[in-house]
Amino acid sequence: MRSWQEDPVLTVEHLTMRFGGLVAIDDVSFSVGRHDITALIGPNGAGKTTVFNCITGFYKPTEGMMTLAVPGGTRFYLERLTDHDINAEARVARTFQNIRLFPGMTVLENLMVAQHNVLARASGFTIGAILGLGQFARAEKEAVDLARYWLDRVGLLARADDAAGDLPYGDQRRLEIARAMCTRPVLLCLDEPAAGLNARESDGLNELLYAIREKEQIAIFLIEHDMSVVMRISDHIIVLDYGKKISDGTPEEVRNDPSVIAAYLGVPDEELPPEAAPEVRP
Amino acid sequence: MAEPGTSFGQGLKSALTDSLLAGIIAFALFSLVLGLRTVDNVTGLTLRPRPMLLLVAVGIVFFGRLLLNLFVWQAEHPLTTPFAKLFRRDPFDKRDVVVLGATALLAVAGFILAALLDAPAYELIGVAVLVFIGLGLLRRAVVHMFPNLPWGRIFVVGGILFALFFPLTTFGLEKAFHLGLPLRYWFDLAILVLTYVMLGWGLNIVVGLAGLLDLGYVAFYAVGAYTFALLATHFGLGFWLCLPIAGFAAALWGVILGFPVLRLRGDYLAIVTLAFGEIVRIILLNWTEVTNGPNGISSIPKPTFFGLPFAPFAGGTTFSQFFGIKYDPLQGIIFLYYVILALAFLTNLVTLRLRRLPIGRAWEAMREDEIACRSLGINTTITKLTAFATGAMFGGLAGSFFATRQGFISPESFTFIESAIILAIVVLGGMGSQLGVAIAAVVMVGGFEALRHTEGLQSFFGAGFDPALYRMLLFGIAMVGIMVWRPRGIIASRSPSIVLDKTRAVAPELVEQGRA
Repeated sequence: MRSWQEDPVLTVEHLTMRFGGLVAIDDVSFSVGRHDITALIGPNGAGKTTVFNCITGFYKPTEGMMTLAVPGGTRFYLERLTDHDINAEARVARTFQNIRLFPGMTVLENLMVAQHNVLARASGFTIGAILGLGQFARAEKEAVDLARYWLDRVGLLARADDAAGDLPYGDQRRLEIARAMCTRPVLLCLDEPAAGLNARESDGLNELLYAIREKEQIAIFLIEHDMSVVMRISDHIIVLDYGKKISDGTPEEVRNDPSVIAAYLGVPDEELPPEAAPEVRP
Repeated sequence: MAEPGTSFGQGLKSALTDSLLAGIIAFALFSLVLGLRTVDNVTGLTLRPRPMLLLVAVGIVFFGRLLLNLFVWQAEHPLTTPFAKLFRRDPFDKRDVVVLGATALLAVAGFILAALLDAPAYELIGVAVLVFIGLGLLRRAVVHMFPNLPWGRIFVVGGILFALFFPLTTFGLEKAFHLGLPLRYWFDLAILVLTYVMLGWGLNIVVGLAGLLDLGYVAFYAVGAYTFALLATHFGLGFWLCLPIAGFAAALWGVILGFPVLRLRGDYLAIVTLAFGEIVRIILLNWTEVTNGPNGISSIPKPTFFGLPFAPFAGGTTFSQFFGIKYDPLQGIIFLYYVILALAFLTNLVTLRLRRLPIGRAWEAMREDEIACRSLGINTTITKLTAFATGAMFGGLAGSFFATRQGFISPESFTFIESAIILAIVVLGGMGSQLGVAIAAVVMVGGFEALRHTEGLQSFFGAGFDPALYRMLLFGIAMVGIMVWRPRGIIASRSPSIVLDKTRAVAPELVEQGRA
């Protein structure tokens, strides 16, 4: 038994996603360990983001089952939940490949929106707070404290009252992670978190991810293009190519897997297995 | 606009070319619009050329642009800078003082000359120029002496005080200056303006905060008005009891409209809401058994002051009898003024409070990015429906006030142009800005009204000139002007709903507009 199979936070079984005739994901199964940083890699168009969108509910998978086990023992079947319930109930948070902040709102407001459900309950679904019933003020203070904590962690405390759209690119990436963390997730899904970061920012990101795993005990599942980043920070790597899983294991195993090398670097024609050889038309 | 030349000759040349080009374009545009007029006579429709008018129009464009080119756009020291400096803080230099002084002297000379020649129109111009310069200097002096006063707050507090004491000030001004219009006129105008302020604030929730472009807002106004009118005329219920019912009914219709349009965005949403507005109006027009169709509903009761009606005599005690004062029809109108003022304040306070609550932040977040909202566990379906319902509720409250004020409603009052005016108020004011919407409502509704009382202009344009006929033209020019100089509305920057350390306004370019 591998570590991620003993205590998986997320188990994906036979996930298939078809868009019309196009099979974007073809019968993919894997599990994400509770104490791991798990990476999903693969060449362009391999279906990585589609897997993410299925897990976070933005697509309804054609087939398959995705089970999320939260620490209390409850299990959520993600394919049955709507996208907002996947965050609100099952507590899966995500970031996006092209950053999706609320650019016209301040950094602090972005983090307050992330705590909407907690605050909405405390505000008595608005009516209570309009009538001035208590507990909302306390809940809001706690929400600000959590936001302050995460701003401090990502180093944006000084810019809390600036518009999110005014931040430089690297800060926006970190803010998006902080915003996702403010939803108090059990699984954090990051879609290419290091894209567009320079070497120093990328190192800072790695440290942040380690810290999230160690200190917050939150499973991280990420898509990444940059192999050097992936090999360094991941405990477990899943490789997709053309919608199929071609490898699954520790970084060391994946690095030496011939099919991964073939997918990334290509193979000479004579090495192709017979069934994959180009079809010869008569 | 041509590049400034290095020498005077080059500058003149480029200015001339540019102005000539503008003149040619003006000729092409105006040749058919102004240059020809169709005349209906016995032989049929004939064309009558109007070369002089065309020449004057093209001449104005050509020389106007030439002067602008030479003295403003290409000049080393543009002639307009001294005047612009009246509204800035940087110090005057000698040149500015000379230009301003010369202008003031010219204005005084013109005024004296006009007074001698008995030409009141030119007197007016002289006074206007002097007042402009005087006010500008006064503004600079005040800003210079108190540089750190919170002007925005002073403006808001001043506006609220003015609104609260409006009947008193109007009464005083009328007694002092005899403005020539009955007091009742001023109150009616103020009530009209406040109704639009309230409608603008209500629509601002849907368009400005939630970013849902709604072209059928008048439907909720109509629902509120008819709910009250029907309840009052059929069941004899009073205004104060019907007000919440009307608000609730309008909110319900907001939700009913909201459901089918949940998946629509931007232009598509605008089209469907526009259709919804028309559907409501046409139903009101044709469902004769209930709504009395185009004949409308009349004799809608007025609101009472805690059960005391405003009337010379009634079954029970009237307002004037109870307080032992003489009956005056103005009492009822002043009361109506305070009712709509209270309703408008209610709208504003609720909106301001909602902005600081999770639901208001969710609305704004939805305007910014709906997908990100869903990834953060926000149910966008409920969020959209609450935005529609809240906006519609205030529309309904305003509608039932409209019904009680008019005493008569018919589908005529709820046409598309009403929706367009309310939306224009929100867009001109700056989406999401409460103050901007209030200013825009005052300027638009009050400005249209002011056009009726510009007798002075007739001495310029001849006795037959009626400025009220040009309201749509002026409205269009104002729209173009706002879109050129302030594309995001009068007050475009967004103030944060929660602050950790220090408030910093969000630059308008970053804020998403009604597209979601």
